[in-house]
Amino acid sequence: MLREIYEPKIVGFFCNWCSYRAADGAGTARIKYAPNVRVVRLMCSGRVDPAFVLKALALGADGVLVAGCHPGECHYIEQNYKTMRRFAMLQHTLTALGISARRVRLVWASAGEGAHLAREIDRFVEDVRTLGPLHWQTQLAEPDHTAEIDRILVEHAEAMEVGR
Amino acid sequence: MAEKVGVYVCDCGSNIAATVDVEHVAQWAGGLPEVAITREYKFLCSSLGQAMIAEDIKTEGLTRIVVAACSPHLHEKTFRRACERAGLNPYLLQMANIREHVSWVTKDRVAATSKVKALVAAAVARVQYHQPLEPMAVAVNPHTLVVGGGIAGIQAALELGDAGYPVYLVEREPSIGGHMAQYDKTFPTLDCAACILTPKMSDVGQHDKIQLLTYSELEEVSGSIGNFKVRIRKKARYVDDATCNGCGLCIEKCPRKVVDDGFEAGMGYRKSIYTPFPQAVPKIPVIDRGSCIWFERGRCRACEKLCPTKAINFDQKDEILEVEVGNIILATGWDMFDCRRMPQYGYGRLANVFTSLEFERMCNASGPTGGRVVLRDGVTEPKSVCIVHCVGSRDKHYNSYCSGICCMLSLKLGHLVLEKTAAKVYACYIDMRPNKKDYEEFYWRLLEEGMLFVRGKVAEVTDVARTPQEEDQLIVQVEDTLLGKQRRIPVDMVVLMGAMEPRRDARETGLKAGISCSMAGWFIERHPKLDPIATMTEGVFIAGACQGPKDIPDSVGQGAAAAARIEGMISRGTVMIEPVVATVQEERCSGCRICNSLCPFNAIDFLETEKVSKINPVLCKGCGTCVAGCPAEAISGAHFSRDQINAEIAGLLCDADGRESGAELAFAPAQAE
Repeated sequence: MLREIYEPKIVGFFCNWCSYRAADGAGTARIKYAPNVRVVRLMCSGRVDPAFVLKALALGADGVLVAGCHPGECHYIEQNYKTMRRFAMLQHTLTALGISARRVRLVWASAGEGAHLAREIDRFVEDVRTLGPLHWQTQLAEPDHTAEIDRILVEHAEAMEVGR
Repeated sequence: MAEKVGVYVCDCGSNIAATVDVEHVAQWAGGLPEVAITREYKFLCSSLGQAMIAEDIKTEGLTRIVVAACSPHLHEKTFRRACERAGLNPYLLQMANIREHVSWVTKDRVAATSKVKALVAAAVARVQYHQPLEPMAVAVNPHTLVVGGGIAGIQAALELGDAGYPVYLVEREPSIGGHMAQYDKTFPTLDCAACILTPKMSDVGQHDKIQLLTYSELEEVSGSIGNFKVRIRKKARYVDDATCNGCGLCIEKCPRKVVDDGFEAGMGYRKSIYTPFPQAVPKIPVIDRGSCIWFERGRCRACEKLCPTKAINFDQKDEILEVEVGNIILATGWDMFDCRRMPQYGYGRLANVFTSLEFERMCNASGPTGGRVVLRDGVTEPKSVCIVHCVGSRDKHYNSYCSGICCMLSLKLGHLVLEKTAAKVYACYIDMRPNKKDYEEFYWRLLEEGMLFVRGKVAEVTDVARTPQEEDQLIVQVEDTLLGKQRRIPVDMVVLMGAMEPRRDARETGLKAGISCSMAGWFIERHPKLDPIATMTEGVFIAGACQGPKDIPDSVGQGAAAAARIEGMISRGTVMIEPVVATVQEERCSGCRICNSLCPFNAIDFLETEKVSKINPVLCKGCGTCVAGCPAEAISGAHFSRDQINAEIAGLLCDADGRESGAELAFAPAQAE
């Protein structure tokens, strides 16, 4: 019997102006890439509340891909810098929760970079495949864990934003 | 919440149906919570498809619509209108992008179908949290900013001006005219470029609706469609444009002569005080600070002493103008490929290798040689000329795209050489692409005139002779792919057809206006076929070669089209904009002010009296960064709310491990929160 290849489930958060268009462009150009990333369209990568990422992982995602405009090219001037800042904090939090920070990735893709984005998606899918399934929600089911995670989430939310 | 959701899955002919089991998806979607009706249809965007949705809304009383089809960037508006026609608020629609994001990028049918199911489940989950929204009407300022005074910008400005709408035309150089002003003839009609361009230029100069701002640059753009605020840097000319009468005495008397790298492409000279060319509009000279003797050594001022109207002013400073406009057209044009980047062709090292722009200037009757075709020594007429096609284009080391105009340009230059000299003319091409009206006929004409065509990409231009006949000549080494052999063509002169490239600062210009560039550096249009004029940023349009390589008729057409689009908006008076903005729920706001510093548009004010933050919906652009940043979750983002996105995430993971039992578990957030 053939052993089934493990297919990771990945949630993508893509910026409406750059990476979402890049993914559209990859489609128009019929560039084939791994089907594992399911995309949520947001107006800006700055809309990515780290809680969304945790939510996705908690609901069964094995990885999360955030894609935004290249630094300096943000449609909203500078919001992707805030994404970078939050992303660093998010990785830190995930590590504290015992989740490999490699399960989340931030990539840049301008609207014209469909081929580049497709390559990045393929690469990330392979990396998550190597990490294996996360099974976070089964751990979450234990009540002690939930309380602990809630505490960390609150701490995280408080630490997230510092004025410029 | 009890909603009646209608799910519509599009086949898109075979675009989706070939890779996705659409029938199965439609059937499966029927089992999702709150779904009242599911349908699969060949082309949902057709009028029949839209009518079907509208009919269902009316007869079945649907309250939410999910369309699984192409990208929302393509047809969201179409389906929103369909909902609106049936009396449903257009924002109660959600699209699942199953074409661009699934069927076109996935090989495996099973994997594609399960991805589509997840996207549909996500859309169904999300749409239940949608709120009815009303688009905001914004008044359109009738002024328009046109950036770039080449032929595309000139055309756009004239169209708008003639329609009676005021225009600011900003040009970086001292005169408008752009690249077209540098040419001698235009293909394929061999019209004299100046004869057809200069009347348009002077129309612009005299137009009562066009305010011409030459020697000026775009500094900063803020605001949005209908109400842009633009800062323009008017560089110091050191000549007062109000008093100068353009007599040209200052130019005549200026003692400093320098090589003109701009207009004359390095082939001729100009004075330190100059107008780029005699027909310049406006006819007001500028002083080049870099070479002027006064700025260099602190003496001279000959121009000032001799100016009859006392227009010279050495104390002039750069000025910043602020204007308010409703729309912006970028027509910033192109730069020529730097042929030095291909050292095998010897430009810059071998004297008699020219670029096409240099050669244009040489052919021009008002150019540096008075229209005579001569070698770099300025006297000798060449006995043979080789034109090298595709220099820096159709070459993956430089630019992979076809520069589009060079085949015709080569034919035109070949014709000019044959007309002006007795030289033999060779052209080494990869493919001949004269692909528009009357272009092929022009190619035939040149074949009959005796231009010699060699099919092959030139490997090298060298002056190292192998035989006595090659002594003192340039040798073009090329594989003649029709004969199947290597050829060495000894010639006196080589002309390189450098590619059209995006402006070197196109990215910065695009950033200022909020639009992006393709990988190659051209501005990206809203849709490559159906909307090559608009951009993703409402109110910013592109025209001419800044969008991609283009010849004169195409640039003119695009300039006029952009103007027409704007005229429509101005005559309507208002535009509708997306109501995607953030709002603060005051009762939850703790007044921590974290959001205040997150907004780059200064849309968030802190109310000192109430100790809460408040968002100005006119300034808010809806990025959602503050929504994500608020620690109290007191800010909500319209159409991208926390509930909507959480539901979408849950839907996307409806088939995740342990949740296969599926539908009833699919929308966890409803229970979780």
